Amino acid sequence: MFMSEFDQATTSGAIVPCWSCKGPISPRALFCATCGAVQPPGNIDHFSRLGLRSGYAIDPALLDRQYFGFQRRLHPDRFATRSPKEKALSQSQATALNEAYETLKDPLKRAAYLLRLAGRSVDIEQAATVTDPELLMEAMEMREALAEADTLEEITVLAAQAEAEVALCEGSLNEAFATEDLDAAGRATTRLKYLGKLAEEARSRKNRMTRPGI
Amino acid sequence: MLLQINEPGETPLPHAEDKGAAVGIDLGTTNSVVAVTEGGQTSVLRDGQGSALIPSVVAYGEDGEITVGTDARRELLDNPEVVVSSVKRLMGRGVADVKSLAGTLPFELDEAAEGGMVRLRVSGKTLTPVEVSADILRAVKARAEKALGRPVDRAVITVPAYFDDAARSATKDAARLAGLEVLRLVNEPTAAALAYGLDNQSEGLYAVYDLGGGTFDISLLRMEKGVFQVRATGGDAALGGDDLDHAIAEAFLADRAKSLGEVTITSAEVKQALATGRMAKECLSASPWGEWLIEIDGKTSRHHLDLKTFEALAAPFIERTITLCHGVLVDAGIGVEDIKGVVLVGGSTRVPQVRRRVAEFFGREPLADINPDEVVAVGAALQAEALTVGSDTLLLDVTPLSLGIETMGGIVEKVIPRNTPIPVAMAQEFTTYQDGQDAMLIHVVQGEREMVDQCRSLARFVLSGIPAMAAGAARIRVTFSVDADGLLTVSAREAVTGIEQEVSVKPSYGLTDDEMAHMLRESLEHAREDMETRLLAEARVEAVRSLLAVRAALAVDGDLLSTAEQAAIHAALEHVETAIRDGNRDDVLDAAAALETETKTFAERRMDRGIRNALAGQSVDGLGERLDGAKSSG
Repeated sequence: MFMSEFDQATTSGAIVPCWSCKGPISPRALFCATCGAVQPPGNIDHFSRLGLRSGYAIDPALLDRQYFGFQRRLHPDRFATRSPKEKALSQSQATALNEAYETLKDPLKRAAYLLRLAGRSVDIEQAATVTDPELLMEAMEMREALAEADTLEEITVLAAQAEAEVALCEGSLNEAFATEDLDAAGRATTRLKYLGKLAEEARSRKNRMTRPGI
Repeated sequence: MLLQINEPGETPLPHAEDKGAAVGIDLGTTNSVVAVTEGGQTSVLRDGQGSALIPSVVAYGEDGEITVGTDARRELLDNPEVVVSSVKRLMGRGVADVKSLAGTLPFELDEAAEGGMVRLRVSGKTLTPVEVSADILRAVKARAEKALGRPVDRAVITVPAYFDDAARSATKDAARLAGLEVLRLVNEPTAAALAYGLDNQSEGLYAVYDLGGGTFDISLLRMEKGVFQVRATGGDAALGGDDLDHAIAEAFLADRAKSLGEVTITSAEVKQALATGRMAKECLSASPWGEWLIEIDGKTSRHHLDLKTFEALAAPFIERTITLCHGVLVDAGIGVEDIKGVVLVGGSTRVPQVRRRVAEFFGREPLADINPDEVVAVGAALQAEALTVGSDTLLLDVTPLSLGIETMGGIVEKVIPRNTPIPVAMAQEFTTYQDGQDAMLIHVVQGEREMVDQCRSLARFVLSGIPAMAAGAARIRVTFSVDADGLLTVSAREAVTGIEQEVSVKPSYGLTDDEMAHMLRESLEHAREDMETRLLAEARVEAVRSLLAVRAALAVDGDLLSTAEQAAIHAALEHVETAIRDGNRDDVLDAAAALETETKTFAERRMDRGIRNALAGQSVDGLGERLDGAKSSG
């Protein structure tokens, strides 16, 4: 699942000077081969940044391992006694790693990011208008059921149902990206966004009812 | 003299032997503790009597003498009006914040102070919490220097995970006043986990329950192969063991008022009742009941308290911590059954009722084999060594509170949600709402609520110099960055014209630059020379970096230079060495600049060679190390 050596070699042609020793380095280098100075994070996609193959299917354990491995070398804690410039660069590197990790870890953000890489936009932050009548119907029905539920048992059932739908939806996203059916992936991403919100609402209602204390 | 040559990227600080020791400090509400790790061995630094705790209490004598610690706490009974305790509760707080606490605080506030940071009135002096904290840190530093027999100038200082940006800045300012360079602010629960994790080589999810004197924190961490990843954190910056003392004190004072027929309660009575409340709490951790006397102005009252009554008084506070624990688990999407262990931190976890309730909630007996008073300082010391010497462990922490900005109608728009791993940077675009509008007010808040007035105001600043455009045409990108210390900086850029705006964030409750400069001048030990030493040290670090970079380049590409050119560069290198060793800051900067000029042609030839090689088909990946994360973690 790692990017192989030649993947990186063939995609980067240019050469840039190292900010510290001024010698030639690859624009994707993390450290200069000559003087060892940490380099700026550069503009690469989140998958490459974490050394992962681009795709929806991700092994969470591998994602963590890659993320931890890069942070071990680049985190500001490793540069606490270095020059201000190196401290600043390590902070940018660690910031970029965190952004990549947070995006790829979350199934919804990962799907939206893949669509964006493919030139499609799905806004998962804003409440976009739903044009799919089927999804609209489904969302309304589930919301109504949740509003009417008032016992812990009912809400627990609804929460479990929503979680199950989320899992199914992630499955179909996986399939859509694997077969490069971006239309289907776009629809499933919008659906995942709504299902996720419902599941969260059900969960938080359940938690409010089981919360200890006042 | 030749400089020691190190592996590239392994540059130690210049004059490492001149550097003082780096320690870990737990700057607590009630007590502070300092520890040091050397060669993997951590020791908590104690006084002559073997006590690790330095009471976070400062007495300001009328003669200007400042006493800290046990002696100051003794003053609390005889001379309460000259003593300041629990000042941590005021760090980063504004006047309005502490109004609600008025009457419950064991010191007088300067009511005249408007806006900005809250001020205390003690012995005719007006002091900020930052100055009082600096006095505590000076005493901590002195204890460490006495124990170690050498200067201490760098420290990892712990803060409650739930401390907001203003309180973190205030802590850093206090350290600076005390002449300590802060290597890192580390969250207390994370430090405690570090202390446990290294001892036990534990893996899995752990909860750290930290009930100190004035703050409560609950953090969930995942420990895996030396990585401590904070998953979620929560708490209350104004909830702690002090609240139990207060509850007892209030009960005692009510009794006293009844038995003596008094109406007004003096500040001295409050202070003594608080001290008695603390004694009662500590006593009831071991005995089923007790009796205490409060004697002021010859009027004595007798107070009886049994365990059952105490537990009823304490229950609301303890239940509040449990509610917060539950909230954090929910936040992280983690069930109680997923938790592998619970770590207890903070002196207040000695109260048996606390232990019982925590064990009941998490369904397991909590770990407390490291002294809960010392565990945070131990973790801080370990981190201080990791930062200065190096380590296999890594702490990955998160933002404790959401950061947002005020939008129309006083609604908060979240920019960085809580529990986001730090360092983090996120950008938000704004536009103008009037034609020709050339400035914009940005109000940064921290908190989880929907409305601005329910959150903490961190800073307000005006973004000016926006080019005149039609309403909605300007695109202003504001970037919020939180560094590894959890501190926020803001920068802004207008996207259409590319105009970069310098934004200075004036913290709503912090010290202004002027105030800071004034205090630094006031503090006799560290004034100008402190600043100059810092600047010189920075220039040296930078010069050593370029020295080593040029040496490394010579080793690889030296053949690109004629003998004369080589000699010229070597002369420039020696010049830098000499300046690092003997020169002042200007000498170092000049020598480094000369080296830069002398190596310009060399750098050009090296780039040419690199490009030629690339055109000849040589892989550019030989030109830099792109790491494989998995390989380096194995």
